[in-house]
Amino acid sequence: MAGNTGAPLVDLRDIHISFGGIKAVDGVSLDLYPGEVVGLLGHNGAGKSTLIKCLSGAYQADSGEIYIDGQKADIQNPRDARAYNIETIYQTLALADNLDAAANLFLGRELTTALGFVDDARMEAETRKIMARLNPNFKKLKEPVSALSGGQRQSVAIARAVYFNARILIMDEPTAALGPQETQMVAELIQELKRQGLGIFLIDHDVHAVKQLCDRAAVMKNGQLIGVVKVDEVTEDDILAMIILGKKPEHLAA
Amino acid sequence: MTDVSHSGTGKTRRSVMQTLEIDTRLLGMIGAFVAIALAFQIWTGVRASAGGGFDPIGWLTNGRFLIPQNTYNIAVQTVSIAIMATGMVFIIVTRHIDLSVGSLLALCSAVMAMVQTQIMPHYLGLGLEHPLNAPVAVLAGIATGVLIGGFQGWLVGYQGIPSFIVTLGGLLIWSRVAYFVVGGQTIGPLDSTFLMLGGTNGTIGALASWVLGATGAAIAVWGIWAARRGKVGHGFAVKPVWAEVTLSAIAAAAILGFIALINATQIPPGRLTRIFAARGETVPEGYTEAFGLPISVILLLLVALAMTVIAVRTRFGRYIFATGGNPDAAALSGINTKLLTVKVFALMGGLCGLSAAVASARLSNHSLDLGQLDELRVIAAAVIGGTALAGGLGTIHGAILGALIMQALQSGMAMVGVDAPFQNIVVGVVLVLAVWIDIQYRKRSGVK
Ligand SMILES: Nc1ncnc2c1ncn2[C@@H]1O[C@H](COP(=O)(O)OP(=O)(O)O)[C@@H](O)[C@H]1O
Ligand SMILES: [Mg+2]
Repeated sequence: MAGNTGAPLVDLRDIHISFGGIKAVDGVSLDLYPGEVVGLLGHNGAGKSTLIKCLSGAYQADSGEIYIDGQKADIQNPRDARAYNIETIYQTLALADNLDAAANLFLGRELTTALGFVDDARMEAETRKIMARLNPNFKKLKEPVSALSGGQRQSVAIARAVYFNARILIMDEPTAALGPQETQMVAELIQELKRQGLGIFLIDHDVHAVKQLCDRAAVMKNGQLIGVVKVDEVTEDDILAMIILGKKPEHLAA
Repeated sequence: MTDVSHSGTGKTRRSVMQTLEIDTRLLGMIGAFVAIALAFQIWTGVRASAGGGFDPIGWLTNGRFLIPQNTYNIAVQTVSIAIMATGMVFIIVTRHIDLSVGSLLALCSAVMAMVQTQIMPHYLGLGLEHPLNAPVAVLAGIATGVLIGGFQGWLVGYQGIPSFIVTLGGLLIWSRVAYFVVGGQTIGPLDSTFLMLGGTNGTIGALASWVLGATGAAIAVWGIWAARRGKVGHGFAVKPVWAEVTLSAIAAAAILGFIALINATQIPPGRLTRIFAARGETVPEGYTEAFGLPISVILLLLVALAMTVIAVRTRFGRYIFATGGNPDAAALSGINTKLLTVKVFALMGGLCGLSAAVASARLSNHSLDLGQLDELRVIAAAVIGGTALAGGLGTIHGAILGALIMQALQSGMAMVGVDAPFQNIVVGVVLVLAVWIDIQYRKRSGVK
């Protein structure tokens, strides 16, 4: 694991978010180091997405603080998050189906000509380049992304993170809609990005995958953080027990 | 990763249409337009050659629909709806609707009428027919549209009230406000400079029309080849040269053909006599003169060009389509979709103002029923033109063609004497049919 020395890349401190009466996230603190993958586990409705959405700028915490590189960060909206090199890959929400891959990759950060018009040719050329690296089979550059397979769509989203030099990557169930081979592709990409020193939050329901890909696993239930464990020190059953019982197994609770 | 996404079997023979990369939906609409025109041409032709037996050629040549004077009228009558339809494309693409456009047009027209007949001449003491009256009136009308449109957009975007409700309210409110602004009276005659926006009162003559057309054709051809050079520069595949040449020829021929049609319309002798009399001259024997392009049509072409550039070449346009395709994705990409909504509605309002100038100038006064039911025509034009109510899909040229199809239908039916109630039935049927055909087309071609 990347050395846990120095300030963490991300430090979420005592985050609270509620919707109406529901405490979706209830006092969660979690950190992330460069070159580290932290898995986020828990039942549906546990608050995983809500927690990471306050890091990606989609929601704002009711209380709590976010530190990036040891500095207090102010993230009001997705644009702020991007300024901190935080990129997010969502299970479903990521792409505008009616636009092509290049338009999606550069959405919100279009390359423009000297006159300020969008430079579609240059964006397409850049998209070709990065896709040749990430997913050489990717050919449908001119079609709306609705014509793409789940894996191809996800590779557009990942290309976005890579192209804009993400340092912090948030992946919310990135493989939920993918077949086995495409899931494997995403797994390989995660390992590649980890080697490059990115810090990654990975929300995934597959305990087996989390154990393989992650350095640490954080388990949530009913908005609360049950515990954070190093995956090398626990079994899949230990993690499952945490998810289901909502408490750390006795032998880990030290 | 192993994508299983072979597109066809590789080197299959591509059809001519595919090679030219012509939008088949656009082609379909042009086909529908031509079919409507020919149907009315034959219908009126059969009447004109009554008792002449079976003579299709005679019917076509004797028809009254495709004569220059009539096509000229259709062009002029289409402008007001077409200008608003371009704005409606953006509204519908972002998954909204604007039911208030006809009503807002009435209010903008009322403001313009008051500015040029009351405020400028009397309150500011500039007198009637002052050169500033028309420009100030037009600006005031457009500003009114932008402000009210922007306000409606704010209610939709920031307050979360559905656009259907906000603009249904607007439909009821603004026409009444217009009524109070003019004190319930028809206002006229309007400023003579202002009337130049209306159609035949403001035309640029045959020569200037040719010059404009030739310039337009040159720019279009240059654009096609500049785009090709750009693609080659990035190493992308390009169409074969013959395809580019064909496209250039079609573009140039379409533009120049349109100018030829416009210039074929002569100023009626009576009017010519009046024009000469105003200069203290008499019309020389055998003298004729063409109107040339009306300023209103030039305005529409400029609006179409600007809106197309916005749609395909600017970030604003890109965000409009992204938001329509997936509002959540757009917001998560850092696009301020609320502010975008305000801008889109403000733009729609501004176009209502411009449209109001054209519409009231054409009638040469502000009448109380101006703009009535326009919202339905505008929405129908956009939808017939291929704008999908589900959002994310639509083109400016499609909406203009949609407006043209509707106007051609109405003019044609009026010409052959179809009763007004029955005209509405036909337009209604065409609207539903057009959307049905579009849905079928999208299913077949696999486009969502
Ligand atoms: N925008 C929202 N409005 C209201 N409730 C929400 C919203 N987003 C999440 N919630 C609620 O917060 C809780 C946590 O949801 P979520 O973070 O999506 O869970 P998870 O991602 O772990 O499945 C759930 O009870 C959910 O219904
Ligand atoms: Mg979730």
